[in-house]
Formats: sequence, C-alpha cells, structure tokens
Amino acid sequence: MAQVVAVIASTHHPFYYRASTAVGEDRPPFADEWVAKIERFRETLTRARPDVLVMVGSDHFHQLWLDNMPQFLVGKAPAYDANWYNEEREFGLPRFRLDGHEELSSHILRGGLDSGFDLAFSNELRIDHSITCPIITLRPEADLPIVPIYTNIFAPPLPQPGRFVELGRTIRELVESWPSEQRVAIIGTGHLSLELGGPRQFGPHGPDPEFDHRAVQWIANGDLDGCLREVTLDSLHLPGNATHGFMDFMLMMGVAGENARADHVDSLDLFHTMEAYFTWYPKGAPA
Amino acid sequence: MSRYLLDKFLFTVDRDPELVERYREDPAGTVVWWEETQANRILNATSGEASTWLAFSDDERDALVRHDHVALFTMGAHPFLTLTLFIAMFERDHPEPLAYQKAYGAALAHLGLPYPDIST
Repeated sequence: MAQVVAVIASTHHPFYYRASTAVGEDRPPFADEWVAKIERFRETLTRARPDVLVMVGSDHFHQLWLDNMPQFLVGKAPAYDANWYNEEREFGLPRFRLDGHEELSSHILRGGLDSGFDLAFSNELRIDHSITCPIITLRPEADLPIVPIYTNIFAPPLPQPGRFVELGRTIRELVESWPSEQRVAIIGTGHLSLELGGPRQFGPHGPDPEFDHRAVQWIANGDLDGCLREVTLDSLHLPGNATHGFMDFMLMMGVAGENARADHVDSLDLFHTMEAYFTWYPKGAPA
Repeated sequence: MSRYLLDKFLFTVDRDPELVERYREDPAGTVVWWEETQANRILNATSGEASTWLAFSDDERDALVRHDHVALFTMGAHPFLTLTLFIAMFERDHPEPLAYQKAYGAALAHLGLPYPDIST
C-alpha cells in the first residue's frame, strides 16, 4: 500500500512570492527571516522524498462560483493550470502547470463516496494560490503530480468544523489503502485569524493574536478535542471575518491524527496575519 | 435584497481587466450596462441561456455607482470580492505600500461585531 510519508499544514500567504524575490529597495525588511523559515520548512518535505502530493486548499471564487458551489471537490485531471489573472495582478504570482495523478484522484473519489462523503469532482480545474503558494514554498520545482482537493471555507453555508476533521481522517485512510508503492505527502493550507475587507484588516499583527497562539498549540499538539470544543462556525467570526480558513488546518489535524505532535512547528508574526508551518512524519522522521 | 447579484457583479467585473478599468472610469454607465446585459447571464451556460429575474435594489445599484465599499459591506456583499476589486481599481492612487488597504479598513472602523450576514 501507499505510504503517507509527510503531513504538512501551512498558511498560504500570497505575498510570499513577491517578498522573497524582491531585491534592493523593493525587498521588505521581513523578507530574509521569512525566506529562512520557508527554506527550513521546505526541507521537511524534501527529506520525506514524496512521489505524489495530495493538496488541500480552497478556491477563492475563481472557478467555483455561487451558482454551483461544491462543499468538497476533488480534481481528477491529467494536468492543472495554475493561478489566475487577478492573482497575477494583485500578488505577482507566476502561471505554471502541474501534472495530475488521475489514479489517486479516482481512488480518493471512489473511496470518499463509499465512506459517506459525496465528493464533487472536476476534470478541468485551474488551481489558485491556496494550492500554488505551498508549491512555491515547499516544492518550487513543481515537478510532482498532484491531487487537488478543494474545500468551501468561503461561501456560507459551510460544512461544520467537525466535518473537515472527518474528511481529513478519511483522506488519510484512503491514501493508506491505495494499492501502490508510491510515497505520498498530504499538504493542506488555511489561515489562522484573518480579516479581509473588514475594519480589522492589514493591522500590525493578525486580527486576533490570542486566537493564533491557541490555534498553534492545538495544531502542534494534535489537540483535536480542545480545538473542537472551542471552534464552531459562529465562533470563527470573532477572530476575523476570513478565519473560517482555519477549518483547513482542522482538516489537516484530522489527517495527522488525534494527539499527533508535529515534528516541525514554526510561525512568523507578520503584519496582517500570522504565518504558521507544521510537518508530521507518520512513520517517524526520515533519516 | 440581492446579495447574490452584488457578488455576481463584483465577481464578473474583477475577473475581466477591461471591465475593471471601465468600472473605475465610468461606474454609473458600467453598472447600468451590466444590469441590462449581464446580470441574468448564467455564467456556466455556453448557449447564451439566461435567467429572467435578477435585478438590483435601488440601494444596491447606488452603492455600486458610488464605489461605496462601506455600503457594500453593510449590505453583506462578500468582503473578499469587494476588497479584491477595489484594490485593483484604487491601490494605484495610493503609492505608499498598503496605504489603500489600511484606509479601506479605517473607513469601516465604526462597524463592530457581528458583521452583516454574507450568506447567499
């Protein structure tokens, strides 16, 4: 069976690409520290020697729209074009193309449907920065096939937080039941506290540093009990109006498992939002 | 109340570079044209099939014509859509990094929790 060689959860900050490539006067003062943290984080994936990446993210109203909105969607295509005009415009993100892994997509779709998740699918999916940011940070060679999985953290009504955790558990089981010798990394991105388009946006820190501190502890310790006790669809409005993206971190906690302590934990307190990076090695840290 | 249609306007304008410029330069003309010719387009239909019932309320049309992001927020337009489009239109007028984004937030500072419902 396939092996899950790394589980990775990260924020996806669309400013990283521009900050990390800027030089001279354009280079922001925090860029060097940010790049150093990302390079250490990248090494945690490189060491796991993955063959294929399952990538969990959320479309930001690019291809998925309110006239036909899936809650959970799995891409099944031989290739995925990446990034959109308004992401080039606002963030300077490059366009590129990733190979797909249709066999693993099919396995996850079939198995998900048979496990109580009525997953939507897409045979032609252009992915956005929720998936391309971790490619840029963790695997800039963009040389591995992917299975993209989109969640709706954006357009209410949303699934309950516990459902994200359950989907994460299911994805882990499905990858581990895939009859293959491939080494799979499961990577998901979300947010800590975040405000977009509201009065608390673009402050000197994230909108709710206290929430961020607790969230990092929940994730680092795999404290699903504590997290699920406190986090509800209503409570997530309080730390910031885009904080429902935290549910993708909860999904990744489901992938990592109950009380699974992360092998790599790092964060960076930036203006606007806190960055946070986690890696688990389910089979033990690679040599 | 047609939050969905407000969102549809912001979504379709933001994703078209020519429309972004047109809405910046001629908001009244763009909103009228859009409501007459685009509001009922079914975006996922290839044959030109359209809906028959979508229209702005007067307040909504007015908020769009005035580029009034505060009014759009209070009406429950999706804040991500509004922010993205308004950055595309107006960040260029504020050369200091993030100056526009901060001013955008400051204009909303009088609004506390709970924020307006954005569900559609």
